[in-house]
Amino acid sequence: MTTTPRWRALTHHHLFWPVAVLVILLLVNVPFTPDFFSIKMTDGHLYGSLVSIVLFGSPLILVAVGMTLVIATGGIDLSVGAVVAITGALTCSYISDQADQSALSGVFLAMGIGLVAAVVCGLWNGFLVARMGIQPIIATLIIMVAGRGVAQLITDGQIITVNSEPYKLIGGGYWLTLPFSIFVVAAVVAVTVALTRRTALGLLVESVGGNAEASRLVGIRSMRIKIMVYVFCALCAGIAGLMISSNTSAADGNNAGLWIELDAILAVVIGGTSLLGGRFSIGGTVVGALVIQTLTTTIYTIGVPTQTNLVFKAAVVIIVCLMQSPKFRAKVFGGRFGTKPGAKGGTGQPAAAQAEPAAATEPAPKMEVS
Amino acid sequence: MAEPQPVLEMTGIVKEFPGVRALSGVDFRLFPGEIHALLGENGAGKSTLIKVLTGVHSLDGGTITLSGTSVRFDSPSQTQQAGISTVYQEVNLCPNLSVAENIFIGREPTRFGRIQWKRLRREAAELVDRLGLDIDVTAPLSSYPLAVQQLVAIVRSVGTGDADGQGAGTKVLILDEPTSSLDRDEVLELFALMRRLKDQGVAILFVSHFLDQIYEICDRMTVLRNGTLVGEHMVSELDQVGLIQLMIGKALDQLEELHDHQLRSDVGESLLQADGVGRVGGVAPFDLEIKKGEVIGLAGLLGSGRTELARLLFGADQPDSGTVTIGGKQVSMSAPNDAISEGVAFCSENRKTEGLVPDLTVRENIILALQASRGWTRPIPVAQRDELVAKYIKALDIRPANPEARVGQLSGGNQQKVLLARWLITQPKLLILDEPTRGIDIGAKAEIQKLVVSLSEDGMAVLYIAAELEEVLRLSHTIGVLRDRKLVAQLANGPEITPTRILETIASGEHQ
Ligand SMILES: Nc1ncnc2c1ncn2[C@@H]1O[C@H](COP(=O)(O)OP(=O)(O)OP(=O)(O)O)[C@@H](O)[C@H]1O
Ligand SMILES: [Mg+2]
Repeated sequence: MTTTPRWRALTHHHLFWPVAVLVILLLVNVPFTPDFFSIKMTDGHLYGSLVSIVLFGSPLILVAVGMTLVIATGGIDLSVGAVVAITGALTCSYISDQADQSALSGVFLAMGIGLVAAVVCGLWNGFLVARMGIQPIIATLIIMVAGRGVAQLITDGQIITVNSEPYKLIGGGYWLTLPFSIFVVAAVVAVTVALTRRTALGLLVESVGGNAEASRLVGIRSMRIKIMVYVFCALCAGIAGLMISSNTSAADGNNAGLWIELDAILAVVIGGTSLLGGRFSIGGTVVGALVIQTLTTTIYTIGVPTQTNLVFKAAVVIIVCLMQSPKFRAKVFGGRFGTKPGAKGGTGQPAAAQAEPAAATEPAPKMEVS
Repeated sequence: MAEPQPVLEMTGIVKEFPGVRALSGVDFRLFPGEIHALLGENGAGKSTLIKVLTGVHSLDGGTITLSGTSVRFDSPSQTQQAGISTVYQEVNLCPNLSVAENIFIGREPTRFGRIQWKRLRREAAELVDRLGLDIDVTAPLSSYPLAVQQLVAIVRSVGTGDADGQGAGTKVLILDEPTSSLDRDEVLELFALMRRLKDQGVAILFVSHFLDQIYEICDRMTVLRNGTLVGEHMVSELDQVGLIQLMIGKALDQLEELHDHQLRSDVGESLLQADGVGRVGGVAPFDLEIKKGEVIGLAGLLGSGRTELARLLFGADQPDSGTVTIGGKQVSMSAPNDAISEGVAFCSENRKTEGLVPDLTVRENIILALQASRGWTRPIPVAQRDELVAKYIKALDIRPANPEARVGQLSGGNQQKVLLARWLITQPKLLILDEPTRGIDIGAKAEIQKLVVSLSEDGMAVLYIAAELEEVLRLSHTIGVLRDRKLVAQLANGPEITPTRILETIASGEHQ
């Protein structure tokens, strides 16, 4: 099969597959919702399916961006959903205790309290993983399980509702015709990219995730770096917690951010960051999170029965993951979309595939089909 | 000699990687009962030729014939079943499993579906014994140095054919730089084994940068340059000078230069002082002084503790006795950071697990140590970074000279150069080099040795470890001799110090 160099370069770009999947998912909606791509201006606000996808996807993008850095160091953070709940519960219960719930100072203080709690959770996770050497999946399981209990304690097992105009803005308000949360997300993504790529943090994170022992011998203080990424991840989850509780004007210790950790991990993987650590892509993660959110929207628009929508979602996720596996593409499409040079092979490809074959027990995955 | 039918024949082999044509139309044939050397500079395409044969990489063109029938392997395990056993350049075993498990992974002896552990251990011990190796097969592989791991990989591959009697038995044995970290004795054991297999009619493909070894053991050789075939010769028909000329495409006069190079005679003041530094299970407590501009070579047999000593001086392992003073300051040595901030650099022998980050680019790998010492908040300015990287790519002739290339995709020798560049760029006061020329071709090897001499002239202290005694002797002011994990002697280099003398010291194990 002959391919032009430009097409090859395009299909080999690390964002090609995530974006392709996103576009396909968006197009699937058109037969069911013909005005899917149209955006209307009402009361000075922009409305439309695309706007809603970004709006409803905002908390997921935030959580997934934080998760990306954790995964890049070779870790994982299962506690983000609980952190979402704790932050929302603390902030809302503080606001609801105020005489004037709309007083700016009170709202800021409340958000500050919530975010500090999130940072404390992150420090705890980082401490367990980096200092105590506990496996990340176990270390973060602690807050995942206990954190919801803490959130329940804060809210006394109730759903706390608040009535605060300024607080409503973060997750439900509009600014310059767009949902305010889009600006929050844009700011967090911009800060993350700057923090990782304008400094050497990204390189050191990738090095720690790519080869921990070599990083130690090269003098990287990986303990500090790991604590930093867990704190950052929890902070992102905290902001997402503010957004979710603000959007509903309520804190629900039980359901806020429920299973968001799984969606976030999926978004990271779809975005092309390997769960084994190493190379990461913030842009890929943002697209990955949009893919997940679009999928959720699509499930509603095409009217998949509620009982089966998880199965449907799982099926699509499997297909997406298969599409990203070079081995699978080679089998199905032939050589047209060959190996991604450089990428750790998205999802399907075992680690051993890159350099030398594993000790000849497993067939090393074939990189390309001739 | 009437030529029989080749057991393996590869014709017109083409392999392209994005941006690199690694092999263009290479022909290669291998006869039963011969040892055939595959030669060429770093990046010439030797490992790639092996990997397209064994199905690690797919073939972009050409045909492969095994025992007269055309074949194409999709995976290394298929290749193995067809009777081709391979030891790849980078040891790829499971460090946390025992030696015995590593030898038998994937073909454990079973009975009623259960693994027969006793039999597995016994057979593993027998196989290891046959190679003259004295090791405990129940110990985890990671507890042994790289050289032993390499030998285990070899045992694993030759064991395939004859241990369990199943399968076709080994027809072809491929060894990609098996001797790169072996000492003379292990090399001899390996050669004895290779001769035995050769007598049984096994065809052996042997890659090495040690030309003496080629002339000692090989019958025929194929030379590659830049992915093309430059010739196939009987070893007896081509001398070393001719061979080198074939490999590098020019005459070799610059290789001789090193011999004229004089080591700087006056070394400076004391830089590092180790007093009673030792570690249980590592090296017995030793005293060592390293002066500015001094090159100290470490000599000793496999497992004598050379690497362990170096690791203690760097803080890669924590000493449990003694003190290290660098530049008059006592250093705690609780982590590599402590030594690094005092200007110590350590280039590990194990570039794969302790050196490179395979997913990062050449540039990123080169600046990693420098960047780590600056901390994450102070990235190296882009212009300065690119200039430094370009300078070292050029100085060490890293190929391809593309800073954006992923290090994992470089040839073994070029990866080694990246590792060297990483530490040179930090301009350390003491550079610890553990097998720095492992897998490096003869031209580049001379360059690196020259570099060590000139670094020492500029006042850098170097601790140099190499399996090859001649290499150590050529470069060092002082030679530390290790035996049984003990520093038994420190000899000032001079005309009377010869490899034989060193071997005697090792054998007697006494201060002289
Ligand atoms: N997976 C890969 N992706 C891209 N390029 C590769 C890959 N593997 C090898 N190459 C390139 O192919 C060329 C040949 O490499 P190869 O490893 O075969 O060299 P070699 O002869 O074994 O060298 P050495 O003596 O250093 O081991 C090199 O330019 C290398 O950079
Ligand atoms: Mg090689």
